Amino acid sequence: MSFFDLKGTLKPLTALKQFGKKPHTIEYPKESLEAADRYRGLHYNELEDCIGCGNCSTICQNKAIDMIHIAGIEGSDGDSGLRPRVDNGRCCWCALCVEVCPTGSLSLTKDYLYVSEDPNSFLFTPGLDNPEGKDNLSFTTTEEESLNVFNRVPMPELEGMERVKSFAEVVIGYNEEMAREEAARCISCGLCTEICPEHMHIPEYINAIANGNDNDAIRIIYDNNPLPEMCGKVCTRRCEDVCAIAVRGEAVAIRWLKGYATSTAKTADITYEIVNPEINKPNGYKVGIVGAGPSGLTAAYYLALRGYDVTIYESNKKAGGMTMYGIPKYRFPLDSLDKQIDYIEKIGVKINYNTKVGKDISFEQIYNESDAVFMGVGFPQPWTLGIEGEEAKGSMQAVNFLHEVNDGEQIDVGKKVAVIGGGNVAIDAARVSARLGADVTILYRRRVQDMPADWEEIEGAEQEGIHIVPQTIPVKIHADENNKVTGIEYLMSEMVADDKGGRPRPVAIEGSNKVLQVDSIMGAIGQQADYSFLDGKFAEKIKIERGRIVVNENQQTSDPKIYAGGDAVNRTADAISAIADGFKACKAIDKTLVGKTD
Amino acid sequence: MREKATTLYFGPQHPGITGNMMIRLKVEGDTIIKATTEVGYLHRAFEKLQEKRNWLQSFTMMCRFCVPETDPMEELYARAVEEIEGREVPERAKYIRVMVLELARLASFMLWYGGQNGSLGLYTMGQWSVGDRNYILDLFEELTGGRIYHMYIWPGGVRRDLPKGFEGRVLKTLDYLEKRLDDYDDLMFDNAIFKKRTQGVGIVDKATAVEHGVVGAVLRGCGIKSDIRIDDPYEVYDKLDFIVPTSDGADIWSRALVRRQEARQSIRIIRQVIDTMPGGSVYNKIPNPQKWKLPKGDAYVRAESVRGEVGLYVVSDGGTMPRRVHLRGAAYVHGITLLEDVLVGENIADVSAIMNSLGTCPPEIER
Repeated sequence: MSFFDLKGTLKPLTALKQFGKKPHTIEYPKESLEAADRYRGLHYNELEDCIGCGNCSTICQNKAIDMIHIAGIEGSDGDSGLRPRVDNGRCCWCALCVEVCPTGSLSLTKDYLYVSEDPNSFLFTPGLDNPEGKDNLSFTTTEEESLNVFNRVPMPELEGMERVKSFAEVVIGYNEEMAREEAARCISCGLCTEICPEHMHIPEYINAIANGNDNDAIRIIYDNNPLPEMCGKVCTRRCEDVCAIAVRGEAVAIRWLKGYATSTAKTADITYEIVNPEINKPNGYKVGIVGAGPSGLTAAYYLALRGYDVTIYESNKKAGGMTMYGIPKYRFPLDSLDKQIDYIEKIGVKINYNTKVGKDISFEQIYNESDAVFMGVGFPQPWTLGIEGEEAKGSMQAVNFLHEVNDGEQIDVGKKVAVIGGGNVAIDAARVSARLGADVTILYRRRVQDMPADWEEIEGAEQEGIHIVPQTIPVKIHADENNKVTGIEYLMSEMVADDKGGRPRPVAIEGSNKVLQVDSIMGAIGQQADYSFLDGKFAEKIKIERGRIVVNENQQTSDPKIYAGGDAVNRTADAISAIADGFKACKAIDKTLVGKTD
Repeated sequence: MREKATTLYFGPQHPGITGNMMIRLKVEGDTIIKATTEVGYLHRAFEKLQEKRNWLQSFTMMCRFCVPETDPMEELYARAVEEIEGREVPERAKYIRVMVLELARLASFMLWYGGQNGSLGLYTMGQWSVGDRNYILDLFEELTGGRIYHMYIWPGGVRRDLPKGFEGRVLKTLDYLEKRLDDYDDLMFDNAIFKKRTQGVGIVDKATAVEHGVVGAVLRGCGIKSDIRIDDPYEVYDKLDFIVPTSDGADIWSRALVRRQEARQSIRIIRQVIDTMPGGSVYNKIPNPQKWKLPKGDAYVRAESVRGEVGLYVVSDGGTMPRRVHLRGAAYVHGITLLEDVLVGENIADVSAIMNSLGTCPPEIER
């Protein structure tokens, strides 16, 4: 290289050709720049859509999101009432919170800049503090893109027409691989625990299943539910209604997962080994329990663990109450129930079968012998239809029919059956009749979407060839000269909006009479309690309103020594509420007698 | 008369230094007789923090290992996780990854153009190249939602598919940049000052390079042909046609020549990728991140960054979080041991230029 490099001196001067060209930069704030459609700016949260599950807060690796109460947003079923607050001093704008938001309410905006002299303003509640963000959204997540797994692992079931050939369990149950996969969908938000009457530790046991620790799951489940396998098969599962994943997808199969975990313990002995319950030494107190239904069994189990001498008086030859006699065996097989009752007896609960209180033993005797009494007597008495011809042969009550079938009796329902009602009992009776070889029609006075029965049950019934005729009001049962049912006459109805804002009422259409030829008719329009076992003085002492025993928050009746729970007390009338009642009563009895507070 | 040696603290805050680190220089006059690097100003313990984050959360930290070129780190992490888990990556995602990696490479070269010239007082170049780099960042913003920290390449593929018409905008930007690279040549490689300041300065010869385990453009600048994209191809690099430039001078000038050609090769690669990119999905979805577990195992993966080979070692103990993540970038060698050697005998005024030329990146040194 020469000392003077002429080319090297002149060439850079070509840069002068840029002189006078329009600069590439913009003049802020005179000009502004539009952010790209995916730009990850500030957070915006659609407060109405958000359910406060806290998944954004969980995924945030900077702990920039916390969940707070904000004025004007109350929690409700499936909404914790909390909303995310973002600390923009910590946020790294990775937008994982957006990717995992199960409702899709959280997104990021196109805001390039946020300038403020107030450092506290960097901590803000998206949606509340920046309502204008709604018109400025950029980074959002569609269902397709979301990191939530919205599709449930399909439950293997028997084919529709295969089912009606026997009482084999319709739901086959998850195998291990399916259960792990399904459990892995849970985001552990705990909305389910809130709504569960028994507040079961749902995220915890699902997590244990996901981690492959089925025994841990069983221990967690037995912490506050002694009949989990039953719940794992037939629970009304309000938990799944509020599942955060269900907002945009299918709820985590909480019920089936509980069923899976408990089914891994094949016998009562194995369950005992796994749960390894800590049973306190006898504390000298005696508790008498009327009725071995879910509430009575629950109270008995947890009282026995606490060292009480517990005796249950059950009028039937088997325990389980409605879950034994009201639920068909294709939903809840006998061996599964037996296993759970065995286990409860194993820890020291005494059950006196075939002992009807009021007949074989007086309520007063139990009252006098015990330090506390728990009544879980349920609603065994069906309501009659109250129409002409109901006493004819072949006209029966669905609850009684189910009871007899579950008791092993052979019942001839004939070729054609009509079931009146739209609840689970009606569907059960219909599906059982189908298994006995009948062609079944369900008559319901409202629309199909108004049926209180579980939608899965309704679907199941339809798959099994059961006809559902909605908006029908039965008026008369036809019988032949031998007083044997020949058919049912009904009116069609129309739905009329309720002036008081209630759900629409069915009103009969005059002259729309139709007759359905059937051999049997089953009424399934509800049940009531039978308090005849209460002797005179107790009948006066215990306050009963509208057919239900009145209790305080501790399940205590107007006689402080008597507690009650289950269908005879609470209006939800499902097994898990009964279990919750039993558990509450147990804690209250323990607190009153021993003074423990847990 | 022999001048008295004195100690000069270069950094940690110094416009000529490439991040926060310090070099203690023992100088006699203008000549360096001993250089001691002092790091620790930028330690953020990312590797440790990742052990407390789940597999998905950890992904968001990868980009922070090296600010100017974030994507190779994301790609490495994704590839390591995929290798441990055996997760398939859709073909289209692999092409998109290469496109992103090469765009990042190009953006990083642009920053280097600015840094290398700025360290010599030639500031016009920096204003041009950093300005032009913005057009690449615009593309990144459109594709990934972020300009610097993209967090785009994640285990299982990439986060989102290309926006509509994106390929066209990439090609347009490439055409523009290609023209600009010619302008850069006039201003930089034909510049007498640049030549004079860089030729024969900051020599890393073959023996030194091999001794220190030097990689990347520094190795290629002393005549050794080495590039992970060719030697151990990943993603779809084996399906692409590009050359690995080398130069024999072993000085700043040679390394600049290598990078000058590499920038053009990146443009060539992106064009090929766009031409041959297949359709299909871009993401093999991971399970629920909260409960996402990887099987027990480990993976060592490597990639070519602008600074050279970067290796990432990830260990899984079968849980929901990494047991260990360890990243080893080129800067670790170039910025500490090699720099201490190379600086001896050089002029104080050349320290910055040498650092830029070696590709020292303190964030990569201190994870």
